[in-house]
Amino acid sequence: MEGITGRDLILAASAIGAGLAAIAGIGPGIGQGYAAGKGAEGVGRQPEAQGEIIRTMLLGQAVAETTGIYGLIIALILLFANPLA
Amino acid sequence: MEGFGTKILFEIPILGGIPLTETVVNTWIIMAILTIFAVFATRRFDKIPRGIQNVVEAIVDVINKFTAQTMGEDKKGFSAYMGTLFLFLLLANLFGLFGLRPPTADLNTTFALAIMTFLIIHTNGVRRKGAKKYLKGFLEPFPAMLPLNIIGELALPISLAFRLFGNIIGGVIIVGLLYGGLASLSGMLGITFIPVLQAAIPVVFHLYFDLFAGVLQTFIFVMLSMVFISMAMD
Repeated sequence: MEGITGRDLILAASAIGAGLAAIAGIGPGIGQGYAAGKGAEGVGRQPEAQGEIIRTMLLGQAVAETTGIYGLIIALILLFANPLA
Repeated sequence: MEGFGTKILFEIPILGGIPLTETVVNTWIIMAILTIFAVFATRRFDKIPRGIQNVVEAIVDVINKFTAQTMGEDKKGFSAYMGTLFLFLLLANLFGLFGLRPPTADLNTTFALAIMTFLIIHTNGVRRKGAKKYLKGFLEPFPAMLPLNIIGELALPISLAFRLFGNIIGGVIIVGLLYGGLASLSGMLGITFIPVLQAAIPVVFHLYFDLFAGVLQTFIFVMLSMVFISMAMD
């Protein structure tokens, strides 16, 4: 374990942190899947309202996606624009 | 760890050199395309549309109808801003298909657009409701919520900008990694003079990340702008 500088340690920890930040993808995955399922249910019940349902579903999914995108941004910052290293 | 940021293409040699990034140059290209299209498509308008006039009328009609449907008949005037936003973002997000870097893969572009929407939301909120009622809206449902309401309002352009940026940069990075991986794979197989692997495999990824995600995010950005503006005005 000779020759490991503080910077190396920070970079290694940042890489682990970036991986952990990607766990944030679980939330939007579940949320978007739930919204899509409900959307499919809605279309099944009212096929004539398909356009409206899809539009509302996509809007809700985009909002639900935000937290996942924040996780991605944190991972990207840790990898490419690390403020610590 | 370099490679996914915007590259500086050249510098304007005044004021000690103004660096111009890929983002700026690609935005210029989009501006040129849109301007030239607008000038040439609207040259001679006839009573009976034919040729390109049909296309232009269809685009304008769709945007007008969509704005009126989402924001309400009384806020139809926003269709100009929404249409501009839509066309610009559509071209910008589809730029990855031509092997160029999408301008929206730069936080500066997305933040500029989000701040524009943010300002429109608040100026129109004040104009429609009057300053007193607008400011009172921050004290609802009860006055202790004031800091939370302010943070909530400030989070809006941030989430708007990061959503677009994150989606596009994610696509750029994944496609870039894929091209790098395929290049080194074909190097291992000894195919160096013709990029056989890079020719066919990334098509699926381009379809998803550039075409599908690009169009969807354009739609989402415009749609959310519409919803937030009409929410602030009602």
